[in-house]
Amino acid sequence: MLDRISAVMVKEVRQLARDRLTFAMIVGIPLMQMLLFGYAINFDVRDLRAAVVDEAGTSLSRAIVADLQASGIVAILAPSAGVADLRRRMSAGEISVGVYIPPDFERRVLDGTRPAAQLLVDGSEPMVDSVAKGVAAIPLPRRAGLYGTPAPVFEVRPEYNPERRTAVQIVPALIGMILNMTMVIFTSAAIVRERERGNLELLITTPIRSGELMAGKLLPYVGIGLVQTTLVLFVGSLLFDVPVNGSYLDLYLAAALFIASTLTLGLVISTFARTQFQAFQLAFFTMLPSILLSGFMFPFDGMPEAAQWLAQVLPLTHFNDMVRGIVLRGAPITDLGTQVAKLAAFLVAGLAIATLRFRKSLD
Amino acid sequence: MNAALAISATGLTRRFGKVTAVDGVDLAIPRAGIYGFLGPNGSGKSTTIRLLCGLLEPSAGSVEVLGHVMPRDAERLRRQLGYMTQRFSLWDDLTVAENLEFMARIFGLGAAARRRRIAALADEYDLGRLLRQRAGTMSGGQRQRLALAAATLHEPELLLLDEPTSAVDPQSRRDFWESLFALVHRGTTILVSTHYMDEAERCHRLAILAEGRLVAEGAPRDLMSDIAAAVVEIEAEDVTAARAALADDEKIRSIAQLGTRLHALLDLDTPDPQGRISARLGGAGVTARVQAVPASLEDVFVVATGFRGSQAPVPVQH
Repeated sequence: MLDRISAVMVKEVRQLARDRLTFAMIVGIPLMQMLLFGYAINFDVRDLRAAVVDEAGTSLSRAIVADLQASGIVAILAPSAGVADLRRRMSAGEISVGVYIPPDFERRVLDGTRPAAQLLVDGSEPMVDSVAKGVAAIPLPRRAGLYGTPAPVFEVRPEYNPERRTAVQIVPALIGMILNMTMVIFTSAAIVRERERGNLELLITTPIRSGELMAGKLLPYVGIGLVQTTLVLFVGSLLFDVPVNGSYLDLYLAAALFIASTLTLGLVISTFARTQFQAFQLAFFTMLPSILLSGFMFPFDGMPEAAQWLAQVLPLTHFNDMVRGIVLRGAPITDLGTQVAKLAAFLVAGLAIATLRFRKSLD
Repeated sequence: MNAALAISATGLTRRFGKVTAVDGVDLAIPRAGIYGFLGPNGSGKSTTIRLLCGLLEPSAGSVEVLGHVMPRDAERLRRQLGYMTQRFSLWDDLTVAENLEFMARIFGLGAAARRRRIAALADEYDLGRLLRQRAGTMSGGQRQRLALAAATLHEPELLLLDEPTSAVDPQSRRDFWESLFALVHRGTTILVSTHYMDEAERCHRLAILAEGRLVAEGAPRDLMSDIAAAVVEIEAEDVTAARAALADDEKIRSIAQLGTRLHALLDLDTPDPQGRISARLGGAGVTARVQAVPASLEDVFVVATGFRGSQAPVPVQH
């Protein structure tokens, strides 16, 4: 039995090594996604292009512009002559934030009942709005002779990711995303390909058992998944300075469990799909909810209840929990028993479905 | 069960939805011979072979293969069975040696046995120079030799070959059949499906399948001598005119043209087939040489498949 499993494994690895495109994807997908998510998708928006119309021209108005500049959220370009010019520049896409300080700025500040200045925001850009709110919350600078400007009561001090860098949150979760994507596609395609090319018809007439065939086909991918995990961690620490606070052993154990569950998902897909293209479509179909609902991009708590339930049956949700716990909070895997149990349940259920559906016949 | 039989089946039937692909087929295939399935595409040859090796489950009927009840004992049959699919189904991206090595391990051959068998088969099927070549880059004949080598690695008692020569040149086909006879000589039972008459004629016994039914069975020579039709050959200068003159004769069931000759099949109860045709042609003013000839396997096939295209099917021998 072991000899037959290892025969299938050797064959798979050989074929994989010769399939240059797939081989390139094993390395290419993690690298591409790392760079894409690490650099491009950045939730903390910085250096929004802004322009100022300062019709007050007082020391206070100049001070508030300087504070804005210093916050790093906006990068202030050449000043505009008036509100009309601000609107024109925004419509041309030159700036996304316009600051208008009216001539009676100081009086408005002292008055306290009317807004002192206006912030024009380009609502067509998704992240800008929330950023603008942040800008609006900047308190007036304390100056001698000024009163009535409350300083913030609480000092905000985020834990685990003190600089609030998106990369630190994104990169660990990317391990799960990348594994989810590659494992499901590669395994389902690897099995369906043999059906498509007629290899399976021959294999069925040999003494090999379905369990042996499955094991031999899936085991190489566990190794590939762990290589991808290593790649993401390495690039994450090299380019984005993402620390691993927990134990590497725990992290790899969690990854292996997650890989096994995604492999069974690929296996289940392969029992439904007749062609590689169908397998790819089905894999993509399962991937989208994983990306959107697993808490990878959007906070889990903000989702409607139905979406939260759906997210519970996605292995990526639980793996993201685990990997953030281990990598960022330094939690030992023993603290993550619930997630381990949920992933294990997914694995068992997937194997049961696949075994029931994969029979050694062409019917 | 009869120990001299490799395969016995009664009422073997397989339906796919509303289509009946194999319809009540009875088989008694003796050991150590080449048994042929002859039939057009869609006649149920491949489906029958798949039923015999347990790839499909029969909708009705029973099969025993090498004493194993199918599909119940399919797993026990595996080691004694070699199967060559219609399409090349080894791995294009593996070399000849890797393909053979893989199949040998799947069949549970130990390291020493593997080396011995692969060397022996590489020698027998002229694959020695190709061992390091990938299967995907080889010619049809080379692939077919590889497929046969892979199917016989474990020295099976029964070899099922589904249209093995459909992608192969005539010389390779000849060589392939020589290899089959060598295997039979060593005691292997071979079941081969084909749509080539010359291949069918080489078989020890033959079953003709049409639309899922077994319509004729026997040794090719017997089938030809016992044909349920009179065979007449007409050599005419104006073949078209001869054909036109014979077109509406109700006793003529089929006419096929072979170059300048016409090959006519008449109802068996026609009193003097040769005279009848001569008279007809004479009446139409066509000069021709008419003679009765022995039936070819193609004639047997045409009769057995019920004169496709003619109005009334004739009763066929069974």
